Formats: sequence, C-alpha cells, structure tokens
Amino acid sequence: MRLALREAFAAFRRAPLLSALGVVTIAFSLFAFGLFALVALNIRSALVAVEERVEIRAFVAEGTSVEAVAAAMGDIGSFPEVAQVLYVTPEQALERARSELGEFADVFESAFLPASMDIRLRPGFRDPATVRGVASRLSTYEFVDDVRYGQEWVQKLYDLRTLATVTGMGLGVAFAAVAVIIIGATIRTAVLARSREIWIMRLVGATDWFIRAPFLIEGFMKGVLGGALALGLTWLAHRTISRNFIETVFFDTDVALLGVLVGALMGFLGSMFSVGRHLRQV
Amino acid sequence: MIRLHNVGKEYPRTGVALNHVTFQMKKGEFVFVTGPSGAGKSTVLRLIYMDEKPTHGEVRVSGLTSRTASRHEIAMLRRKLGIVFQDFRLLDDRTAEANVAFALEVTGTPRAAIPPKVNRALAQVGLASKATRYPKELSGGEQQRVAIARALVNDPFVVLADEPTGNLDERATRGIFQLLRDINATGTAVLMATHDLDLVRSTNARTLEMNHGRVVYDSSESVESVLELEE
Repeated sequence: MRLALREAFAAFRRAPLLSALGVVTIAFSLFAFGLFALVALNIRSALVAVEERVEIRAFVAEGTSVEAVAAAMGDIGSFPEVAQVLYVTPEQALERARSELGEFADVFESAFLPASMDIRLRPGFRDPATVRGVASRLSTYEFVDDVRYGQEWVQKLYDLRTLATVTGMGLGVAFAAVAVIIIGATIRTAVLARSREIWIMRLVGATDWFIRAPFLIEGFMKGVLGGALALGLTWLAHRTISRNFIETVFFDTDVALLGVLVGALMGFLGSMFSVGRHLRQV
Repeated sequence: MIRLHNVGKEYPRTGVALNHVTFQMKKGEFVFVTGPSGAGKSTVLRLIYMDEKPTHGEVRVSGLTSRTASRHEIAMLRRKLGIVFQDFRLLDDRTAEANVAFALEVTGTPRAAIPPKVNRALAQVGLASKATRYPKELSGGEQQRVAIARALVNDPFVVLADEPTGNLDERATRGIFQLLRDINATGTAVLMATHDLDLVRSTNARTLEMNHGRVVYDSSESVESVLELEE
C-alpha cells in the first residue's frame, strides 16, 4: 500500500503537466455540471417560493355564526393537505384589497367584501389535482358561498415545475455523462502514457491488483483535486452572479462535499475501467 | 523445468506461427533457439513466459501448465523468470539502479532487502559504478546489462533472452553473450533466441533450429527423433 501511494505521488512528480491537465479537465467538466446544478437549484428554489403562494380562499356567507366558522376551521385544519387556515374578516379583506391595489385603493372606499377562510397547503400538496380536491371539499360547507384558488395559475405553475424537473434531469444526466466520458478519456491518456511501465510490471511478475493500485489512488486524488477546484469555480460564479446580477442560493455544505466526493469517485472508477481495459489488452 | 508438447499457435490475422513444437529444457541448461525472422523464435519465448497461450498443445513451466494457468499464477511464475529483450525495455525516467529495483518493488520485496539485491545484480553485470546513470547516459551494451541485472535480481531459474544482442555492435554482443554464459555457469538456465549464427557456432551449447514455425533441428538429438516426437 505504501508503494502504491508512493507511486501515485511519483506519477504527479514525473508527469506534472499531464497530471495538471487531468486535474483541470476533471475540474472543468465538473464545473460545467456544477454550474448547471446551480442554475437548476436556483430555478427550483424560485419555484418553491412561488408555490408557497398557492392559496385557497373560501368565501363565507354573510350572517354565518362565528361558532360555525370556528368549527369548520378546526375541521379543515385537520386535513392532511392543509398547513394553515386563517379567518379573514370583511374589514381585514378590505384592508388587504386596498394595500394590494395601491393607487386604486379608493375604489374600495365604501365597498363591502365578504369574510373568508384562507387556506395554505403543505409542500407536496400544491399540485392542481390536490388543490382542486381540497377546494371541492370546502365548497360542501353550507355557509361557503364560493371557493377560489386561481385554477389556471396553479395549473401553469405546475406545468412549469414539471417542465423544469424533466429538463433539469435530462440535462443533468447529459452533463454528468459528458463529465464521465471526458474524465475517462483523461485517465485513459494517463494510463497509455505509462503503458511501458505497466508492461514491465507485468513482465516482472506484478499482480493485476498491484498494477492497478497506484492508478486508482492517482485517479482518486485527481478526482478530489478536480472536484475541489470545480467547487471553488462554481462558488466564484455564484458570488459573481449574486453581486452583479441576481441574488442566488448556493449548495449546502453536504451537497458541496458530495460534489467533491462524486469527483473522487469518477476519478477512481475512471481509473479502474481504464487500467482494467488496458490490462486485458497487455 | 520447461516442456512444450505438440504446441501450435495460430493468429487470426497472420495464420500459423507454430506447428507441432515439442522440446524440453533441463535445469541449468544453455539453449539457443535459432532460425530466420518469422520462424517462431519469439513466439516460443512468449509462450514460455505465458504472455500468450498456445492454440493447441501444452506449455509447462516449473509445474505450471498453460491449460489452466490463471493471471495470478502467471504473475507468480514470472517472478521466477528473467526476461530480456532486444530493445532493453528500460524506464527512461529512472536510473539504472531504480530500473533494477523496480522489479523488486512491484513484486512486494521488503524495502530494506532491495538495495543489497540491486547492488549485487548491478555488480554481477559489471555496472556497479554506473548505478545512478539514466538509460540515455549509457551505451546500448550497458543498457542491455541493466536489463539483464533487472532480469537477475529476483534470482530466476531461467533467463529468457529474445535477440538480446540484436541492437548491439560486435564487441558489445560478445560482452553480453559472455555475461549470459557466466550467468549460466552459476546454475541459471538460459534460453536465448538469436539469428546470429557466428555466436551459436562459437560454443557447443544446445541449439534448436526453427523454420516456418517448426523445430527442424535439435542438436541434443537427431532430427528423426524430433519428428518422431511430433507424431
């Protein structure tokens, strides 16, 4: 094991340019993937923020007793889909309408708006079918005059989210595949550059595992370095965009570390396949 | 020790390389394999160090048979063989001593045991004073000596030399040949493929002559008996 480690480090020393090229190639292919993941993450968090505004409003008929509304609210609050139920009095409704309409506030000078129950849904229950289901259950209450939830808007939001997810996954797989291919080719170049050494090792009786070990360690180290470099570049991109264009979110520490680990794994597996393939040929 | 029995080797692209080759080599023997280019000399050597397996027949080396040898067993076998090539096959980015030490390192020899073995092998081939030179700083003959030192460092029971003097001038050729004779004198068998007939005639060592993938003459027995064995 000590020799394998020493040989892996020696490979960096003996061919610094090729090793640096390998690390940079891994870094850039993971950086491209990281940038894409960053865009996907920010689109997703923007959609989540918009989704949080999905709300069902059940208008309460004039003259309904407070007890009846309170009982219904308790009932509705226990629906598994429901996160929160708020009672909005006619005065609060008027105040809200005025503040939302700004310069047209005087339109509501003497208007009367009905009281309502405003229902927010839990994450994961904001799709059109669930929203429709909850709305229709609300309309079964006798004192509920009308139920509104912006049906068209919810459907569009849902479609957008589905599109973003499918596109994101498709592009993510494509980017990851390109990264794997580039990393594999880089490591294969490193293996071919040392084919003479591998051949001599086989000739003097080194076992396959002994030949593989330094390459696996080398691939792992290149993957870690490339992954860390890619993470740094992605963070720089995130800071630049946040400062100059639009506030963006960055990966959690866990996800960032996972990214570096994926780089290391790619380096390791790339080496394993490249050396394995080479050994089968010599 | 080494036994080829009715061995044939065919390649998909180039066809038959060996046909009904049968011979044995005893412990400590010096054997020349001669013949023109394409006669099958190198193929015989490759089959002995099990870089390839025969298409038919059997190669048996130190108890290991080509019929069942696994990659791991072949690796273990090669630790007991010393292999030398015409083009030396040294690592240019390592010194002579590092090239020799490489054969020990990659076979798991304890670190402390490596320097004395390397020094002994380099001394044996007369290159103790040039241990720290890189291959490019050495003459062809000296590079071949480094390759021989690498072959010897694991104390092989046989040295397989494939045209070891093919790239050398006459003087260096004599030196390398004498070195192989000296190695043989210490009890290590040598199987040397060469087309240098002057070299072959200069000794009374056993000679196997090959042509068109067949052994056509074995100086240790009559041609008739070889053909009999083939039958």
